[in-house]
Amino acid sequence: MNFDFTDDQREIRRTARELLTARSPMERVREAAEEGAYDPSLWQELVELGWPGIAIPEAHGGQGLGVLELVILLEELGYAAAASPLLSNAAAGLLIDAAGSEEQRARLLPGIADGSATATLAFAREDVADLVPDAEAAAHVVLVEDGVATLHAVGDGEIAIEPRETIDPTRRYARVRVTRPGSGESLGAPATLAAGLDRAEIALAAELTGLAQRALDMTLAYVKERRQFGVPVGVFQAVSHRCAQMLLDTEGARSATYFAAWAADADPDSLARGASLAKTAASDAGVHATAAAIQLHGGIGFTWEADVHWLYKRAHLDAAQLGPAREHRRRVARLAVAGAGRSSPAQAAI
Amino acid sequence: MDLTFSPSELAFRDELRGWLAAHHPGPEPEGEAESLEHRIDWQRELAAAGWAAVYWPEEYGGRGATLVESAIFNEELARARAPYPANVLGLVLGGPTLMVHGSQEQRDRYLPPIVTAEEIWCQGFSEPDAGSDLAALKTRAVKVDGGWRVTGQKVWTSFAHRAKWCMLVARSDPEAKKHRGLTYFLMDMEQDGVLVRPLRQITGAAEFNELFLEDVWIPDENVVGGVGNGWAVALTTLMNERAGLAFGLQVALKVLLDELTEIAAERGLLEDESVAERLGDLHVRAEILRLTAYRGLTAQMKYGQPGPEGSLTKWMWSETNQHATELAVELLGPEALATDSPWAFALLRARGNTIEGGTTEILRNIVAERVLGLPRMR
Repeated sequence: MNFDFTDDQREIRRTARELLTARSPMERVREAAEEGAYDPSLWQELVELGWPGIAIPEAHGGQGLGVLELVILLEELGYAAAASPLLSNAAAGLLIDAAGSEEQRARLLPGIADGSATATLAFAREDVADLVPDAEAAAHVVLVEDGVATLHAVGDGEIAIEPRETIDPTRRYARVRVTRPGSGESLGAPATLAAGLDRAEIALAAELTGLAQRALDMTLAYVKERRQFGVPVGVFQAVSHRCAQMLLDTEGARSATYFAAWAADADPDSLARGASLAKTAASDAGVHATAAAIQLHGGIGFTWEADVHWLYKRAHLDAAQLGPAREHRRRVARLAVAGAGRSSPAQAAI
Repeated sequence: MDLTFSPSELAFRDELRGWLAAHHPGPEPEGEAESLEHRIDWQRELAAAGWAAVYWPEEYGGRGATLVESAIFNEELARARAPYPANVLGLVLGGPTLMVHGSQEQRDRYLPPIVTAEEIWCQGFSEPDAGSDLAALKTRAVKVDGGWRVTGQKVWTSFAHRAKWCMLVARSDPEAKKHRGLTYFLMDMEQDGVLVRPLRQITGAAEFNELFLEDVWIPDENVVGGVGNGWAVALTTLMNERAGLAFGLQVALKVLLDELTEIAAERGLLEDESVAERLGDLHVRAEILRLTAYRGLTAQMKYGQPGPEGSLTKWMWSETNQHATELAVELLGPEALATDSPWAFALLRARGNTIEGGTTEILRNIVAERVLGLPRMR
């Protein structure tokens, strides 16, 4: 039992933190949000570093590392609130890699890995997905409805894509409507699809964990600095205890997300439970910690000028995707019923 | 990252499971005294088979187990619904504190009888006017030839009536600053001047005691970690308290949730989506607590002593346990509130969880100051 990163994984994290601190500081995030466009040079740099393909097998043009390595990158991208299509593309890549046929993987994964033909993923209802991240620029859109995944090629006249503004302008969203019902190619059997969706949920959880950590760090810096009544406001327990709560929530999200990523790579039996734990804990932590950040920044936190609102907005959009926390809670309860009486599990995992 | 148990950890677990299945002591008898004697017998049986103090070095009667094996031990004990050994305060708090701060003579003298339950330990920290503000304690230790004379009052002293030794923190220098004037002693409970009075809790049971000390004698060789160093020694005890018990407690919580889930499923209550959601939420919290405890264990294996992060798991556990018992009585209806229902006892006992071993408010202070580096509260 060793619940820690390897030296290589630590190096990935350090490199990502350094690069994003330099290349995607909050001023860049703000520019991307206000201009309504990603910085193409940042994306180009991430592609050159091989980040979009980090978890895609080498045979399909990726780096062949695990979901855990991807999670490390996505947590840092969340920490930076970086404006880029990496998350949506990577999540679709995880789904296609887990659920696609050999032919589909060989055809689609190389373009996802090198960023030349990106993909994205969303839940749909009656052939409409209301908010699909990065759909306009993608080559493929995967829609999941009633446990069935369908892959649509953009530009084949099967789907209509209308850009939509959301509360999170740091990311591009669109409404996707299937214009030719029954079109598109089917992707995966139910079991493999579920495993693919679980992996995509873990990717979202990783970004949410990073957002929560950034909200906490920005808040700590602020409450140590900001003085009222002659002292830094962090002295007051009404403030410091809420910071402690932010840490509790963030660390819980992190534990669940790392566990789930490890399960995706190494323990299929724990994947479903792990993914729902991660999505639940990280959605709650992401939304609560970023809301607390606004509150603890006081009046300035409510202004457009302060940067904490980008985190809050991103967290809400992430939490809303691939099933809200309440659905994942119910799934955890169902899994607990299925596992009840198994209070002496024979498995080797913790 | 490898979240599987190694072959030797699995072998340890399987050996323990087999032993527990063959030696389970059966249900605890009614009554405080009976229950304690039952657990003393249970500890003797564990000790005879080398299971009482798995994490301790073999020279003191332990098994030399790793931290992970120690966590497995606590989990398996809770999973088998076997009671914790009676001398829990000696095993989890006193022994580990002596291993850090005690002299060789003290370790040789005190550790073995802790393991065999020949000498039961209790903890004399809190006082009526020094609870969360522990360093404000007033019990006085006055230097005399060859030792100390101690007078004062302690409270929340579990096992005091049955204990041979008390981990006592007293003020040895009234002139020194608050935290500096304290000394950590091992006090013999079997002497005149020590009066124990049971303290009844909201459950109706009397797990704890008040302790009245009148001119009690403690020889010099029973000072632990040096005169005036009591605060540092006491902190070691408190960190072990929060970290050491976490694994057993989180499994006990999981066992309770599984039981509640089974009952809810049988009664069809999970068809109500809001019930499924709330129960699912408690499972999520219990699992996250466990995962966070294992993350902390990895950190402890790297850096040695348990860190202030132990405060996070104690905080998570206590709140989740309260919510779980509250949901239980809500789902099970009025029958769960009759005093002969175990759920009623669990509900009331859980109220103590956010107070004992550091109130949640104090744990938040510790997290804010020592983990997040926020300025100290005045």
